[in-house]
Amino acid sequence: MHDLPGLDDGLGRGEGIATDTGVGEVKASPTPGRRVARALDARPRAKLVALLSAPVAWIVLAYIGSLLALLLTSFYKTDPFTSQIVKEFTLDNFQKVFEPTYRTVAVRTVGIAVAVTLIDLVIGLPTAFTLVKVVSDRTRRILVILILMPLWASYLVKVYAWRAMLAPQGIVHTALGRTPGYGLTATVITLSYLWLPYMIIPIYAGLERLPNSMLEAASDLGAKSGRTFFSVVIPLLKPAIIAGTIFTFALSLGDYITVDIVGGTTQMIGTVVHNNFSSSNIPFAAALSTIPIAIIVIYLLAVRRTGALDNL
Amino acid sequence: MVLSPLARVVLKVITALALAFLYIPIFLIAILSLNKAGNLVWPPSGLTLHWWRLAWHNQGVRDALWTSVKVGLCATAIALILGTMASLAVHRFTFFGRTSISFLIVLPIALPGVVTGMALNRGFDSAGITLSFFTLIVAHATFCVVVVYNNVFARLRRLSPNLDEAGADLGADLFQSYRYITYPLIKSALLAGGLLAFALSFDEIVVTTFTAGVGIETLPQWIYNNIARPNQVPIVNVVAVFVILLSIIPVYLAQRLTDATAGIAGR
Repeated sequence: MHDLPGLDDGLGRGEGIATDTGVGEVKASPTPGRRVARALDARPRAKLVALLSAPVAWIVLAYIGSLLALLLTSFYKTDPFTSQIVKEFTLDNFQKVFEPTYRTVAVRTVGIAVAVTLIDLVIGLPTAFTLVKVVSDRTRRILVILILMPLWASYLVKVYAWRAMLAPQGIVHTALGRTPGYGLTATVITLSYLWLPYMIIPIYAGLERLPNSMLEAASDLGAKSGRTFFSVVIPLLKPAIIAGTIFTFALSLGDYITVDIVGGTTQMIGTVVHNNFSSSNIPFAAALSTIPIAIIVIYLLAVRRTGALDNL
Repeated sequence: MVLSPLARVVLKVITALALAFLYIPIFLIAILSLNKAGNLVWPPSGLTLHWWRLAWHNQGVRDALWTSVKVGLCATAIALILGTMASLAVHRFTFFGRTSISFLIVLPIALPGVVTGMALNRGFDSAGITLSFFTLIVAHATFCVVVVYNNVFARLRRLSPNLDEAGADLGADLFQSYRYITYPLIKSALLAGGLLAFALSFDEIVVTTFTAGVGIETLPQWIYNNIARPNQVPIVNVVAVFVILLSIIPVYLAQRLTDATAGIAGR
């Protein structure tokens, strides 16, 4: 674009046209901003660096740096008298993580995450299927919005809403005559409630990509709807379903607010991390917080081959 | 696949139940905020606006609301700048590590809140920064970038690359091209991303717990700190409904913005 200097500065100064060495003329007059723009225009790489440096610096410094700091801290120890962090390398924190008390908490947490995932799958799969293959286009549009909306209603308030639902003499008690109260059951229900849309949406997207001709072919070949569902729909949907389970599983794994509000005395990994953080045993809290990461990474690696990660 | 009438009915019933499951708790809280008795007992003893008035004049709630709004606005502003820059870079250029950029940006929100919160807490500590209002904003901005990035990037992908080239052919320099061509076309995506970022920040509690300075209390933290206090239940109910409204309205507007402009921005 620099071979047309007159037009180059067309928004205001036309003097470049008058001279035959226009480039030099225009360069003499521009404002500093123009000069920077022109310098960058000539060098795409510089433009890229200018655009990318701030966001990348932010994420790398503020976040990746922080993750490294977290990892480092997990190898430090706490001075038992002053509660100060002592920067001496030790593996004690990780040894402690594997003690029976914490192992129980870790197993319970994974159990809760699995239960939540299964419940959401059982509710989410038929719901997504209904949206795509049963109801009219108009109804579908409304239903999709209805399912997405609660995602944005405050997470904390939704947990609190279940505290109200399951309260003694609350609505569940009045309607059913009894309430599970605050505990493990309440935690599983509330987490299933929170993450249900995260299960429905990927499955919905997966079903939308599933051509109707496949289903027609199955029925032409004599398959009843049940057979079609289990032999055609489910296998094709597998990546989408796994994508949904990644959300419900990972989100449940790291939670501590829910279990604190509706879980009674139940503890999850997040609870122990938060308690140790509050009681200034930060290196141990840091070591503990690597457990959810490790479990999630293992899960992601296990499902990577199914192509589920492209469905996220 | 031909579904029997029975199967269709069963599927519709399950869907209706799923929707009821999603909405009953939210409506319950809305009704309980008007409960005369001011507790969680069902059915309510009568309806009143008394608790709404009381909550409105509650100084603790007002301070927390103001803190949340300030954090949300500052974090959104930073997220808007960083998210737009990153999306422009990834959209316009090919470079080494391009595919990892979106991974990097989504990471703060993809990892559990406890992990992100603990990590940022350790990060600030190793950098010798005392937790404060400033660290809270930095933390929130870090996980808000992704929504702006996603929104703007989705919009850029729908724009024709010819527009910029046409601008350049007509002599627009870099800044002019952004100001007169790109910006007007991505404006609504920016607004939508900004609204979503604000909603995300306004609602956040876990990362906040680990990164806010002493004495700083956001609205979600106020709720959390008062949940177990029986005499605060009626006020908590009201604040809960208020927070839902305040986080849903931006999302609704964002939705409208992205829908309304889809026709214009599309090629």
